[in-house]
Amino acid sequence: MNLESVTIALHGIIANKLRSMLTMLGILIGVASVIVLVAVGSGSAAASRTRLEALGSNTITVRAGGLGFGNRGGTQSRSIRIEDADVPAILDKNEAPSVARVAPIVDATAVAASYNGASTTPQTFQGTNDVLFTVRHYEIASGSKFTQEDLDAHAKVAVVGLTVAKNLLGEDANAADLIGESVKFGNSNLTVIGILKPKGTNGTNDQDNIVLAPLTTVRDLISGGGSAITQLVVQANSRKAMSTAQAEVTAILQSRHTGATTNSFLVQNNSSLLETQDANNKTFTVLLGAVAAISLLVGGIGVMNIMLVTVTERTREIGIRKAIGARRSDILGQFLTEAVLVSVLGGLLGVAGGLIGSRFKIVNVQPVVEPYSVFLAFGVAVVVGLFFGIYPANRAAQLRPIDALRYE
Amino acid sequence: MTKLTLEATVGAPPNAARVIELRNVSKVYGMGDVQVHALHNVSLGIERGDFVAIMGASGSGKSTLMNIIGCLDAPTRGGYRLDGVDVSELSDSELADRRNRGIGFVFQSFNLIPRTTALANVELPLLYGGLKRAERRRRALAALAAVGLTDRVHHHPSELSGGQQQRVAIARAIVTNPAIVLADEPTGALDSASTNEVLAIFSQLNATGRTIVVITHEPEVAAVAKRVIRLRDGVILDDSRHSPADGPPPMLAGRAS
Repeated sequence: MNLESVTIALHGIIANKLRSMLTMLGILIGVASVIVLVAVGSGSAAASRTRLEALGSNTITVRAGGLGFGNRGGTQSRSIRIEDADVPAILDKNEAPSVARVAPIVDATAVAASYNGASTTPQTFQGTNDVLFTVRHYEIASGSKFTQEDLDAHAKVAVVGLTVAKNLLGEDANAADLIGESVKFGNSNLTVIGILKPKGTNGTNDQDNIVLAPLTTVRDLISGGGSAITQLVVQANSRKAMSTAQAEVTAILQSRHTGATTNSFLVQNNSSLLETQDANNKTFTVLLGAVAAISLLVGGIGVMNIMLVTVTERTREIGIRKAIGARRSDILGQFLTEAVLVSVLGGLLGVAGGLIGSRFKIVNVQPVVEPYSVFLAFGVAVVVGLFFGIYPANRAAQLRPIDALRYE
Repeated sequence: MTKLTLEATVGAPPNAARVIELRNVSKVYGMGDVQVHALHNVSLGIERGDFVAIMGASGSGKSTLMNIIGCLDAPTRGGYRLDGVDVSELSDSELADRRNRGIGFVFQSFNLIPRTTALANVELPLLYGGLKRAERRRRALAALAAVGLTDRVHHHPSELSGGQQQRVAIARAIVTNPAIVLADEPTGALDSASTNEVLAIFSQLNATGRTIVVITHEPEVAAVAKRVIRLRDGVILDDSRHSPADGPPPMLAGRAS
C-alpha cells in the first residue's frame, strides 16, 4: 500500500461522500460501542469492587458461632466465645505468618444517641481498637481517631459517621461542629473527637450510619464489663495470602477452644466475595463486548456491500485502467486500500466517539475506558475492512479488460 | 493492391520489421449452435512506422481485431506476435506491461477516468509503469503540450469539449512512448473541426515513427492513412497501400506539396 494507491482510494471515497460516510458510520458505531460498552462493564466492576473493598481489603471476618449473618451452612456444633486472649494468639507471627493485623469488635445494639434535643439510633455502634481504621479503610474527615492510649485510659471518646452527625446536627449543618461536643450514648456521655469520611452505601447498608468508640469504653459504659468480642477483623498480608491466613486463624481458634470444630465460628472471607463479583463482572463485560462486536461485524458487512456496489459501478473505469496497463495487483490494491481506508477512518472516528461517550455516566456507572478495548476495536475494524474488502477487490481484479470496457 | 493470403504468411519466419503479425487468427463468440465467427482466419502483418486504417461495417469484426491487437482479448485460434513476441505465452501481468508500455489506446468514447484532472489521467499509465512522481508530471505535461492542451491540464473531463477530451486521451496513449497507437473510431464522436485536429495529431505522431492503427468507417479518416484494410464478415476483403510505410503520412505530404 503506497502513497499513490492511498491517493487513488481517497479519490474514490470522496467521489461518493454520502455513501462513504454512511459506510464509515457503520464502522464508527461498532468501534465506539465496543469501547463504551467495555468501559461501562469495567466501570461497573470498578464500582462494585470499591464498594466491597470499603468493607476492608484482604480481610477475614471471624464471628462467634451463631451470631451475625452469613451462615455458611452445615450443622453448628458448640459455639465458642471469642476471648481477648485470642487476639495476641492470632497475631503470633510463628503461628500465623500470613496475618498482618487483627481488630477485635464488640457490637453494641440499639444504642440511642442524643445531643441538644436531637436523637438518633446509629445502625452500627462498635467498640474496637485503632487497627480497625486501617483494615476497614476508615478515614478521618475532620478531628482525629482514637488511639491505643485512649483504649488503655478507657477514654470517653467516640468517632462518628457523617449520617450520625447529620442526624444530630441537622441536614445542613457542618459535621465538624460536632467535634469536641459531648453526645449522650445510651446512659453515658462521650466526647466526639472525629468525623469519618463518608463511604456511602454498600448496596444494602448506609456505611456512614456508624459510631466507633474504644473497645474498653464500650465495655465499661454501655455493654457492661466483660462483654465478649463479637467479631474479629483479620487482615492478611496480601490477597493471595487470604486463604492461608484463614486456615491459620481457624487452626489457632480450634486449638485454643476445647471442643471447637470448624463450625464453632463463622469465618467470612472477603476475597471469595470479591472473586464472585469479579467473575460476574467479567461475564457482564464480555457480554457487552460481544454485543458491540456484532455491531462491528455488521459494519464490516456494510463495507463489503458498498464495495461490491462500487466495483460494479466502476467496472468501466476498471476496464480503462486495465487497458492502459494496470495489473491485477494494482486493481486489487486500489479497491482493498479503499475498503481499509473507509474502515480506518470510521475506526478513528469511532475511537474518538467512544472516548467522548465514555466521559458520560451511563445508567449510573462512570465508564472506565480499557486501553485494550480501544486497540482491539480499532484493530478489528481494520481487519474487518481488509477481510470484507478482499472479495469485492478480487472481483474487480479478475475482470477481463475487454468485458470491463464493454460494460455499460 | 496486395491481398494477403493464407499461403503468403503461413510458414514465413517472424518478420522483425513487422511490429504486428497475425497468423490465421479466428475469434468465435458463443458456443454450440449459436457460434458467431467474428474473425475468420485473418492473417495480417503491419510494419513499423505504418499508418493503417481498418475499415468495415458494423459487425465486420474490426473491433474484435483491434481488441486482439491491443491484447485486450485473446484469439480463439491462430497466433499473434506483438513486436516479435507470441502474446499467448505471456502471463496476465506481462500482458498488462505490454498494454502499458507497448500500446497506446484511443477510444471512441474517450474513456477518461471521471472526476480526475487531465494531468492525472495522462499520468496514470506512468503510475502503473512505476515512474516517480516528478518524472510522471514532467512527461505528462510534455504529452499534453504535444496535443496542445497545456492550458487545460487541471480541468476535469466534464469541463472539456469532446475534441479536448480526445486529445487528453491521445496524450495518455502516447505518454509511455509506445511503438503502436491503437485507435478505435477516434473521431466517431467528434465534429469535423475536432476530427481534423485529431487526424493531424495522428499524422504528426506517425511522422515521428510511431505505428498507428485506426479503426474507422469514415472515408476521410481512411484518406489520411498510408494503408487501408477493409474487413467484411470477419475476413479481409481488401488491403491497399496509398503511400510507403516509411514515407511521410499523406496528410503532411499533401501539405508539403
